[in-house]
Amino acid sequence: MEASYSDRPKHLAHHFAESKQQYDSAKLGMWLFLLTEVLLFGGLFLAYSVFRAWYPETFVNANKELNVILGGLNTIVLITSSVTMALAIRSIQLDRKEATLKYLFVTLLFAFTFLVIKYFEYSHKFHEGQLPGKFYTFEGIDGTNPHIFFSVYFMMTGLHGLHILGGIGVITWMMIRVRKNEFSSQYYTPLELTGLYWHLVDMIWIYLFPMLYLIR
Amino acid sequence: MNTIPEQNFLTAEKGLKSWLTTLDHKRIGILYLISITFFFFVGGLFALMIRLELMFPQDEFFIKLDDFNQVFTLHGVIMIFLVIIPSVPAVLGNFVLPLQLGAKDVAFPRLNLASWYLYMFGASFALFSIFTGGVDTGWTFYAPYSTTIDRSVISMTMAVFIIGFSSIFTGLNFIVTIHKLRAPGMTWFRMPLFAWSIYATGILQVVATPVIGITVVLLVLERLLGIGIFDPTMGGDPVLFQHFFWFYSHPAVYIMILPGMGIISETITAMAHKNIFGYKAIAYSSLGIAFTSFLVWGHHMFVSGQSEFAAMVFSFLTFFVAIPSAIKVFNWIATLYKGSISLDTPMLYTFSFLILFTIGGLTGLFLGTLSVNVTLSDTYFVVAHFHYVMMGGSIIAFLAGLHYWWPKIWGRMYNEKLAKIACGMVFVGFNVTFISQFLLGLKGMPRRYATFTSEFAQLNGFSSWGAFLLGAGLLLTAIYLIHAVYKGKPAGNNPWGALTLEWTTSSPPPHNNFEKSPTAHYGPYDFDKIVVESTLDD
Amino acid sequence: MSEHSTPHVLPLRVYLGIGAILLIFTIITVIAAQIDLGFLNIVIALAIATTKALLVAFFFMHLYYDNKLLFLIFASSIFFLTVLISLTMFDTLRRGDIYEIRDINIEQDAIIYDESSSVGADTSGTNH
Repeated sequence: MEASYSDRPKHLAHHFAESKQQYDSAKLGMWLFLLTEVLLFGGLFLAYSVFRAWYPETFVNANKELNVILGGLNTIVLITSSVTMALAIRSIQLDRKEATLKYLFVTLLFAFTFLVIKYFEYSHKFHEGQLPGKFYTFEGIDGTNPHIFFSVYFMMTGLHGLHILGGIGVITWMMIRVRKNEFSSQYYTPLELTGLYWHLVDMIWIYLFPMLYLIR
Repeated sequence: MNTIPEQNFLTAEKGLKSWLTTLDHKRIGILYLISITFFFFVGGLFALMIRLELMFPQDEFFIKLDDFNQVFTLHGVIMIFLVIIPSVPAVLGNFVLPLQLGAKDVAFPRLNLASWYLYMFGASFALFSIFTGGVDTGWTFYAPYSTTIDRSVISMTMAVFIIGFSSIFTGLNFIVTIHKLRAPGMTWFRMPLFAWSIYATGILQVVATPVIGITVVLLVLERLLGIGIFDPTMGGDPVLFQHFFWFYSHPAVYIMILPGMGIISETITAMAHKNIFGYKAIAYSSLGIAFTSFLVWGHHMFVSGQSEFAAMVFSFLTFFVAIPSAIKVFNWIATLYKGSISLDTPMLYTFSFLILFTIGGLTGLFLGTLSVNVTLSDTYFVVAHFHYVMMGGSIIAFLAGLHYWWPKIWGRMYNEKLAKIACGMVFVGFNVTFISQFLLGLKGMPRRYATFTSEFAQLNGFSSWGAFLLGAGLLLTAIYLIHAVYKGKPAGNNPWGALTLEWTTSSPPPHNNFEKSPTAHYGPYDFDKIVVESTLDD
Repeated sequence: MSEHSTPHVLPLRVYLGIGAILLIFTIITVIAAQIDLGFLNIVIALAIATTKALLVAFFFMHLYYDNKLLFLIFASSIFFLTVLISLTMFDTLRRGDIYEIRDINIEQDAIIYDESSSVGADTSGTNH
């Protein structure tokens, strides 16, 4: 099983017998990490569920303050960025490095677009005083404890936004590594793991959008 | 006459820098061992401070009433988050697991080193918190007290957050290692049971720990921004914090005890020279414990004001945890039957474990019973119960493992006579300390009180003397173990005559673990098929 | 010895097709939310979101083609999240319900809950 030392490709670490073992390990590790991400967000989903069940009226009324157009636009932006991310990986599988770079760059642009739209949403909320917890000053929502809705809203979208920021960093790093010719159809594991992460961030938004913007 | 091989992982590289940048799982295990031992003694000092204060009924005998809350909080936080949770997986799991699987290293060596740095980073936050106001919330950080007091709660909870991620990465690393790096011939059912227990622990670490992460983030946000979700005056729910907290912290109890149970499976077979009774039952019961532990967290909250219906369900589910735990104990006892038992130090600790863990487990059933719990909750009965499980279970098993693998780690044997004396001191000291506390709890002494009336004086005095004996035993252990590292007599490759793969390589193992990649030709405990002589000289 | 000796390359139309379906579902979910269907609204919204999430997982994240172990990990993350939310909400939604049951079923017949007797007074004292 063990290849002699000179046969070993550069990316293969010393404690693995062959590339497939290393690839499978990396992927398994990444999925376990994604599991931890789901449960990290899970705490916020729990907070949402508990308070939504306690204050249904508040949640329905407060939700009308969110901008469905901007939220929907962001959904479209993120889904499209997921497509371009998948295409970036497909391109490297076919050894098309230029295309990979191009798709990664587009993904990066979408990520920034998402954050810019989010910025406009946030600044509008800040302006209106629709802030979490004790900073809440808005007076236009019927129902008890409307600030709880905005606490949940800001925590969920905030944690998600941090993950987008992290994604931007990792994608940039991947672009540098593609430019340095580190990846080919023979080895692109880090790129694939980045893709998995990015799709998970997309997937979480797929839930956040109806839960926060579309309830009634 | 045994000798220490000239080429081994300890001599492979020299200098502090080679240790701080090492990717070798064995060296990382030793880095953890040093840091965890340090914090174990810090936590132990806090424990002795508590016992000194509670030795006599008068107030402020040793520490001020205000400081008492801080001292027991720090004892709890340090012992749980900085010592017991990482102890067995991060020290012995790191050192032994790849050797047992016949692997050259864990799956992600750099992540492994990063885990240790995260641990140290988190620990420095904890120390920072101690010196800038400390915390007096108890290790549970219950809201709303923790969100309103003027102490450095934030840095302490951030320490928990960071150390949590260290724990996640360790667990993740081990799961992947077990899936992908087993040697040829090492099938799932030829794996040593220690590896099975580390696997089950890994699942708990990966699934439960992110929830404590988000919990402390919410706690910090509650303090900084007043988001109100734990604040009843703002429509929030303090009991929700307890749900969050115990969804992690109940499985965390099994993060602490499961690896210990794995060690016992190893020592009991090696010392009885007999195949394990019910291999699959023990292996599956590890997974069973891991799974069940996610369904029972509400039994910590019976008097918190949670719904009585939820309490009934949680109490009912709690009893299911007893089944896999009992399966393990019965199988270990059955393994001893007609074994050829050597009473070396690891075996003495194993017997201690069996006795103490059984007491701890059975008193857990009292506390899981709804009606009994209402009377006993927040008394010293609870304190004694969880010390029997955590100290009597996890730490005693950790000591069993340290004594069992010490000659493998350093290639040298400790002084057996001193070791047996220390083991006796620990066992007697521990029981004197905590049996007294069971009785105190039954008589109604509440936990976390800095003072008590004279009717509790005698038992509290007993408890304190027991704690001093326990402390002296542990100090003696540290002394002869460190002495053995430098002056112990060479132990040879296989001092116990055990069959798992780590004993087939030299002691200490070479940098790459094995001279040539091993193959598992037989099961880990096939003592009926294979005879291996002990390499100890006498 | 290559890490991906035969990389599993999906045809371009799979990615574009899935992307198009996801966008269409997004529009459907927004429209569905504008119609008042009562309780069904949240069911529909979550059903559509779950469909979209599964499409992302199966095709963009290749779970459909990969080792089943990876799917098991993904599924167990959802399972444990469900345990966390459902058991916690079992508490938060039923808090205090015990008092209603006591009023209906126990207090009329059981002498121990008689408020006038000293035993009964003690019991209600600790329960409230």
